[in-house]
Amino acid sequence: MRFAVLRFGGSNCDLDTYRVLTEVCGVDTDLVWYKEGLKRTYDAVIIPGGFSYGDYLRAGAIASRTPLMREVRRHAKEGGLVLGICNGAQIGTECGLAPGAFTINEYPKFICRQVHIRVENVLTPFTSRFRVGEVIRIPIAHKEGRYVAHPEALERMNANGQVVFRFCDSKGELTPESNPNGSLEYITGIANEQKNVLLMMPHPERASEEILGSRDAKRVFESMIDAVGAGSAVTTGRGG
Amino acid sequence: MLSAQDLAVIRESLGREPTEVERACFENLWSEHCSYRSTKRLLSTLPTAGRDVIVGPGDDAAVVRFSRSCAIVVGMESHNHPSYVDPYHGAATGVGGIVRDVVSMGARPIALMDPLYFGPLSHQKNRYLFEHVVSGIGDYGNCIGVPVTRGEVVFDEGYSGNPLVNVVCIGIVAPERYLTGRVRSPGNRLVLVGSSTGRDGLGGASFASRDLSAEASTEDRPSVQIGDPYTEKLIIDAVLEMADTGRVLACKDLGAAGLAGASSEMCSNFGALIHADRVHLREKGMRPAEIMLSESQERMLLEVATGDVPLIGSLAEKYDLAWSDVGEVIAEPHYIVMFRDEVVADIPIQMLTKGAPLCQWKSRAYEATKPFRRPDIPLKALAIAVLSHPEVASREWVYEQYDHDVQTRTISIGGDVAVLRLEDRALALSCGCNPRHIYLSPYEGTANAVVENASNLACTGSAPLCIVNCLNFASPVHPEVFWQLEECVRGLGDMARRLEIPVVGGNVSLYNESDELGTQIKPTPSIGMIGSGELRRPEPPGEGEELALVGRTGRHFGGSILDAVAGCGGVPPPVPDISIIQRVRCLVEKGQVKWATDLSQGGLMGALASLPMGARINISGEPLETLFSESYGRFLVSFQKEADMHDLPFAVIGEIHGESLSIVTDAGSIVLDHEELTRARGSLTSLMRY
Repeated sequence: MRFAVLRFGGSNCDLDTYRVLTEVCGVDTDLVWYKEGLKRTYDAVIIPGGFSYGDYLRAGAIASRTPLMREVRRHAKEGGLVLGICNGAQIGTECGLAPGAFTINEYPKFICRQVHIRVENVLTPFTSRFRVGEVIRIPIAHKEGRYVAHPEALERMNANGQVVFRFCDSKGELTPESNPNGSLEYITGIANEQKNVLLMMPHPERASEEILGSRDAKRVFESMIDAVGAGSAVTTGRGG
Repeated sequence: MLSAQDLAVIRESLGREPTEVERACFENLWSEHCSYRSTKRLLSTLPTAGRDVIVGPGDDAAVVRFSRSCAIVVGMESHNHPSYVDPYHGAATGVGGIVRDVVSMGARPIALMDPLYFGPLSHQKNRYLFEHVVSGIGDYGNCIGVPVTRGEVVFDEGYSGNPLVNVVCIGIVAPERYLTGRVRSPGNRLVLVGSSTGRDGLGGASFASRDLSAEASTEDRPSVQIGDPYTEKLIIDAVLEMADTGRVLACKDLGAAGLAGASSEMCSNFGALIHADRVHLREKGMRPAEIMLSESQERMLLEVATGDVPLIGSLAEKYDLAWSDVGEVIAEPHYIVMFRDEVVADIPIQMLTKGAPLCQWKSRAYEATKPFRRPDIPLKALAIAVLSHPEVASREWVYEQYDHDVQTRTISIGGDVAVLRLEDRALALSCGCNPRHIYLSPYEGTANAVVENASNLACTGSAPLCIVNCLNFASPVHPEVFWQLEECVRGLGDMARRLEIPVVGGNVSLYNESDELGTQIKPTPSIGMIGSGELRRPEPPGEGEELALVGRTGRHFGGSILDAVAGCGGVPPPVPDISIIQRVRCLVEKGQVKWATDLSQGGLMGALASLPMGARINISGEPLETLFSESYGRFLVSFQKEADMHDLPFAVIGEIHGESLSIVTDAGSIVLDHEELTRARGSLTSLMRY
């Protein structure tokens, strides 16, 4: 089993994600500089958070047009797992790995805080270790994280179980105060139709150790390890 | 502009008229900012040595041992003048500069702190400056992935027209692997890596060393640099990878006075030959003086053996960074600049880097304490006014704009200090000072800034490792201001010696006064203190837990928040019994004190309102004094057993209860309900978030 963590110029959660995968979860992981390309087969590719290319032009726009992301799209098409975190999620939507876009927050400033999110679909390779409706504590840190999508796309995603995480309060209720960036329908984690791609704004690598305040989201990585281990990275069920 | 006296000294030493490039070099390197002409003598009195100090003041940043396998690298800078002219870029490039100072020591930057000082937020201009400074710090720090974990904000009329933006950066390096900014031997190459050089930031060092005129905002804009955090992030990764090869012999950030500053200071033990025409430029037709003095950001200068130049160049290219081989270290003690085969500068190098004549200023003491006048306002209204003061209210609006979690080391940013995990220990970070106290009593006030920061560390059981400082003052041409400077440095040095904390670095920012608004800042010797302790997550006390006040309270209202909101005057706090810091730290370490917060702005009232829950409090004595005095060396604690506290000045004052804060005093009782507390705590956010 081998995971890859991509590094673009300006990625800054690459080493954090790498450390959690290798030291906390014990997965063999390579750090892949964007010029090197995917030189071997990986079971999962993680696009970490940060400010690839300084978020210049639009968050994720430049990285999404690199040759490396062409290879990541191919990897996804072949059923390999792709997890995009924060800037990685922005890069993911920019290159069409899942529908919609992450755009500037409703209050147009950067926001870094601990939030609650609700797991909407557990029949994905990223969420099998959660219960449907489970509420977890996890930090967010972004300025362009408000999820938007066309109404038709949204309808399809809801019907197809592609909405994986929603912001909520500590009891799992969707209240306006619990939506920190004004995301459409509180959405902050989305999958592609096949569910082998997950794009999420919150940072699971920052909620994987008790000493940092929460290890709720370590199960995202553990679910991925389970899925790869079971050899069934792609599931197609509908959860929630 | 060079002064007539300086020019005369230069003419006399050189025995000729200086060239254009030479004049520009002297103007910038002999500026207050680079040469500490007014403060060198004072700074030499500070205690800088210590068991754990590996590199003290004088290099880009200090190196202090944290454990056998890890040293911390720490520096502190101000970016005050640029932040008034262009708050967003001024503050952003302030972050960039101090981060590169840490990187140039071969260290990975892991945390930032930013003490900020602004005019009152009732003025729109101050809100504008505050908003954009916070955005500038946030956007830059967030992008380069270095968490801003601590800060402070002070609001006072003196900072209208002179906001202060101070930044502390902390990095880590293996103790035997750090780099310095001193070249090793003649014959080695000087390689410039990073952004191309343009005309931005010309003469920044001399700009930073004078007061802001009425036209400052517009005419000085070209002196403010524009930051590019994306390139900075590439530089961090590239320089650390270069340092890992062991082939970087010395390294220095291009900051004040640009290439001329970095190359001359780096080579001052030998000499340097710089080819200005080999520098990669972003503009056509730049004159050699412009190339040498440009303060374009995100550039580093490295000393590399000739044979290693291709390797270092290829690593720069890996990270999409431009580079050029701009010169060499020479044995002759001269600073020589060539431009298209012509010598455009040739100066004895130490004359440039160490030859600035020192300034002598007159000093005159003053007395500004006003007699205490009891405010004619009901206790509850006073309590709400104090809690709504933006220095006591929640700073959520500020710190939520900073990615304080990146690098997954941040354990806590609430309470008195930031706690980061570093190896298996806690790295504790604190910063700030109280300029209102310091104005009334510069010596005691500055000593108390040391006490206050050490008390903050004690709340998490951490012991201080070192201090860095930024001495922000008005113009030393005023004898009262120079007296403040003398007294503050004496207070800092004396208390650092008593607490055995080395002062390992800092900077000086003078001339913080505004002709435009007729203001001058209060003396602001801002401090950053780094400590270490046992790794633990601080947990606030829960329902029913008893609270106690530790320490002695006096009638110290001068310069307090009560004074700021009610104009009551009074004497400022004296230096307390400092043994209490060590005793509280031990009790926290042993777990006998379960939770502690230090009493600072807003006194006991401020500390009580910072509790995440309500409390039932019963106090004896004069209520104003007990609730609002800002005597130092005091803590609000929750504890295991009263018996453990026997040798401390200690009084149980109540318990955690519910969501409102009720206080019973000899003169009647007040209750602040949950909504009133929330509104007061949210005052800064509601002022800024519209």
